[in-house]
Amino acid sequence: MEKVFGRPKGLTEVPFSFCPGCTHGIIMRLIGEVLEELDIIEDTIGVSPVGCAGFSQDFFTCDFVGGPHGRAQAIGTGIKRALPDKIVFTYQGDGDIAGIGTQHAIHTAARGERITSIMVNNAIYGMTGGQMAPTTLAGMKTSTSPHGRDLVINGHPIDLPKTIATLDGAVYVASVSADSPKNIIQAKKAIKKAFQVQQAGLGFSFVSVLSTCPTNWGLSPQDSLQWLRDNMMPVYKLGELKVTEEVKNL
Amino acid sequence: MSKRVLMKGNEVIGQAAIEAGCKLFFGYPITPSTEIIEYLSKYLPKAGGTVLQAEDEIGAINMCYGAACTGTRVMTASSSPGMSLKQEGISYCAAAELPVVLVNVNRTGPGLGGLGPAQSDYFQSTKGGGHGDYRLIVLAPSKSQELYDMTLEAFDLAEKYRNPVLLLTDGFLGQMMEPVELKEKPASPEVDKSWIVDGAKGRKKRIIASYSLTNEIGEANNLRWEAKYKDIKEKEQRWEEFYAEDADYLIVSYGTTGRISKSVVLNARKKGIKLGLIRPISLWPFPEKAFIPYKDKVKGIVTVELNTGQMIEDVKLAVECKVPVHLYRRQGGMLPTEDEILANVEKVFNLASEEV
Amino acid sequence: MAKVKILPEYCKSCRLCIEACPKGVLKIGDKANAKGYYTVIAADEEKCNGCTLCAIVCPDVAIEVYK
Repeated sequence: MEKVFGRPKGLTEVPFSFCPGCTHGIIMRLIGEVLEELDIIEDTIGVSPVGCAGFSQDFFTCDFVGGPHGRAQAIGTGIKRALPDKIVFTYQGDGDIAGIGTQHAIHTAARGERITSIMVNNAIYGMTGGQMAPTTLAGMKTSTSPHGRDLVINGHPIDLPKTIATLDGAVYVASVSADSPKNIIQAKKAIKKAFQVQQAGLGFSFVSVLSTCPTNWGLSPQDSLQWLRDNMMPVYKLGELKVTEEVKNL
Repeated sequence: MSKRVLMKGNEVIGQAAIEAGCKLFFGYPITPSTEIIEYLSKYLPKAGGTVLQAEDEIGAINMCYGAACTGTRVMTASSSPGMSLKQEGISYCAAAELPVVLVNVNRTGPGLGGLGPAQSDYFQSTKGGGHGDYRLIVLAPSKSQELYDMTLEAFDLAEKYRNPVLLLTDGFLGQMMEPVELKEKPASPEVDKSWIVDGAKGRKKRIIASYSLTNEIGEANNLRWEAKYKDIKEKEQRWEEFYAEDADYLIVSYGTTGRISKSVVLNARKKGIKLGLIRPISLWPFPEKAFIPYKDKVKGIVTVELNTGQMIEDVKLAVECKVPVHLYRRQGGMLPTEDEILANVEKVFNLASEEV
Repeated sequence: MAKVKILPEYCKSCRLCIEACPKGVLKIGDKANAKGYYTVIAADEEKCNGCTLCAIVCPDVAIEVYK
């Protein structure tokens, strides 16, 4: 018998440190598979921020740099400008890239920086114990919005991929989900495309992945997936939000 | 080839960075440092480098962080409010032990302040500046030639110790034009680059990061950094002495006021007052060694500063409070004249009667 | 002929694979791993058709599939 599914070469043997049922691990595996399939493990430098995504430096077999909260794209820019022939990606949570680091998200995209950013959106700050994030949905209860996010007090959630897609330097923007086998397969296609866009030097590529946080949502892993489908998908619409002509011709 | 030119201080820093092999500059405009990014925008590309104007100071310092991880020579420059914004990133650079060269063209503060010369960022520069317990190597030039020479050296020092190096200048030095000899940089010593990230080709992956979730590893890291700082403190103290050897009284002053103080010493000597100067060149490590021959000998010290009295604390520690140490300062962008400094020295030490 | 192999040191007993398997091959076993999770086992192994759905949804890369 032949192994048809197993650990990709892009991942180390270190077990993920995430809570049971957290879909961070699925997204990391997809990136690990893409690094292996494109044969770029030895040419890639990943950048991790702070938060649950910050653990990523231990899980990939490529070189990794860890920096301050929200600054992964600025660090990635510095690496890419120094080593333009290498592949650089950032792996960031929604609080990181859509909250404390939003200025870098906007300007990295506007510059058309030839890096790839993966955003993991679980609508909450996971590592610090479930506080309201810039992506927390209207009415959603968190430890800092205990009565539900009040749009008058806290304002509206940010749909970052939709924003990034409006910027000329961003050439590939996709919003995908890690909730079901079908969507996971779609997510992998988007992540692979994003890396291929970088290989071709076309501009900034960005994939947002809807993810769960069973622990801080207070739901079972299975119920979390259903909650994501019922509540996040109507707000954060899935699909390829931007594919330039050059990317289509890849 | 060495050549003598008349240049603005900030441009001298830019030219020295190019000569030092700086390939990347990330910055954000702020007066009175802006000529550095302007000069480099014009000339660094011709030397095969890139200038990227970042979205903000936070972006700029983190771009430096990324570039330094690859072993590429990189620099950023700013002025006081901009340096405040960079502090988080500088702390991370210190923790990741990255050879980043920083320039602060000190303007006045707190808050937005004004554009005049100041030394109000002494504490921020020499005591860490950001969170955590770290030190930068801080060099304080007092004339254009030193701006050039110290910028060249900053890159070597940063690589030698794998530590950020800060060139602390001010709005006066940055904006002033004076002749400077553009010397060719001697070859840099070979440095270990077995720590950089450039893709794990034929080797194990590397991680450059600074988090440690176990306290034991955390303490081991702190001890390692502490040992490095101790080594730097031992080897890199720099200062200039001017008529200090036989002095009864000393001025201690760096940078622009250090330069003015030289004239004060000469004027005092004409009046028969045995005044000398110790001009700290490395602000961290502070040149404690300079005070060893004098702390049991001189009658008094005046620090001349452009702040409310910051360096004076290090001077008091260096003389172990064996000598009275007074402060003469101007603030808000004002510079002291030679006469007013000397008048103050005479006043605090009651020297009027000693006049010949 | 297909085979599903659970790597107990990686499994966190989140049950997502159990829900994803269309053939009801998997269930929670009665042995705990070093972290204290009662890990998934292939209870009805002969029913596995090697579709890999369990492995695709596994957040811990704890499943290998052979065909």
